[in-house]
Amino acid sequence: MNTILFQLSGALATILLAFTVGMFYGGIRRKIIARIQNRVGPPIYQNFLDVIKLYSKDTSIHHGAMQHMGPVFAITASITSLMFIPVLNGDGWFWFKNLNFSGDLIFLVYMMVFGSLGMALGAGQTGNPNSAIGVTRGLSQMVGYEIPFVMSMVALMAQFHTTSITGLMNIQMQENTWLMFSNPFAFIAAVLAMLGMFHYSPFDIVHAPAEVASGPVSEFGGKYLGLMMSSGSIFAFVKLTLFVDVFMGGAANLIELVIKTFALYLIPVLYGVVSPRYRTEQAITYFWKWPLFFGILAILWASF
Amino acid sequence: MYNDNNAQTIVEYIKNFTRKNSLFMLAYGTGCGAIELPATLTSRYDAERLGVRGAATPRQADLLLITGYLSTKTLKRVIRVYEQMQDPKYVIGFGSCTINGGMYWDSYNTIKLLDKYIPVDVYINGCMPRPESVIAGFKELQRLIAEGKADGATKYKENLDWYRENQKKVLKNWPLVEYNW
Repeated sequence: MNTILFQLSGALATILLAFTVGMFYGGIRRKIIARIQNRVGPPIYQNFLDVIKLYSKDTSIHHGAMQHMGPVFAITASITSLMFIPVLNGDGWFWFKNLNFSGDLIFLVYMMVFGSLGMALGAGQTGNPNSAIGVTRGLSQMVGYEIPFVMSMVALMAQFHTTSITGLMNIQMQENTWLMFSNPFAFIAAVLAMLGMFHYSPFDIVHAPAEVASGPVSEFGGKYLGLMMSSGSIFAFVKLTLFVDVFMGGAANLIELVIKTFALYLIPVLYGVVSPRYRTEQAITYFWKWPLFFGILAILWASF
Repeated sequence: MYNDNNAQTIVEYIKNFTRKNSLFMLAYGTGCGAIELPATLTSRYDAERLGVRGAATPRQADLLLITGYLSTKTLKRVIRVYEQMQDPKYVIGFGSCTINGGMYWDSYNTIKLLDKYIPVDVYINGCMPRPESVIAGFKELQRLIAEGKADGATKYKENLDWYRENQKKVLKNWPLVEYNW
């Protein structure tokens, strides 16, 4: 009984950690963009204010059952993915040992898509034409970046004969190296795929406010928008922590985790600030050129 | 902020604090005033430091900014957009045209006082108001929200009959559904 309570409170603490870190990263991103555009910019806690305000708004929109379930799917997928990510090296943190099993990397590759699919169903129910365009763009882009991402993950799994994240982390601890040096091509392919995963500029074709009126979320206001913002923050933490765990040897404590994830987070942010938006076909062909090439190289590196 | 007659609870205080510092703005820019908004939102005047940012659709917006004159044709769209927004919602009337018709006083198909059709919380005077005035308008709205006085949405619900009557006076072919809240 006690262990279950400890596990649950640990899981709750993990969710809070992911939410807080993701929200602050979003705020820092807005500040960075503002400084680069020679503005003062909002305070870095601005995203918290936005979310609290959105949760305190009325939400009286009804387009059908799926519309109410779409945002719930999104946040369910984020939290489920989070539960399988080892936050720190070793035996978990704050009583919480992640739900690790021997095939969890394969499971995560599937689970990380689930949120987008749930959102697609929810946005489809609203019947807004902008949502439909945004959803088709999002799914096309997903076809683009999932292929190099999966290839780099498969390369790692084949190279080290393990399909679990903790297995990969243990290998890095034993060999005292990072996998980004053991298989550099897998790291490059995964980082290029991460640019698309974050939906930041230049790959913000899904939520482009000037083209498709924020796309899938165009009919979602109030609490649903808040739910999606929270889901996005948690999911950003999930992606960054997964990359740190797999490629950069995990983290021994929270400060190291924050430093490593933030360094990784700067890649999509800084790449995005100086890049205008791609068109849909440009975004997809981007992923099917160099990232795919590096993915194939990674698999070859793993086999020979 | 606090006074004895109208003491707010802590929760209301926090809600109002977040509301005033996070305004998602939908600019209804069919009038000429919309040209002042890019300057307000971008590098030079940077309204984002006050928490004002653009919203893409009415569903996500808190603040409806009516820039300039409204013809009876665009009034239909404004009413529809306003009713799609989620509570709590605020309206800023921008420019002289929303106050008394401005230079369109004699026009046969523009409305003169916006407040008769949808409840306006803050007016920004001028033709055109410069970005400084727009930011002053945002500040004034933030003050009203912090004091809990920006209750245009409640006013609209309570006096819906009066607003509908005024709206139907200028819109001969009534385009919207009748609500029963």
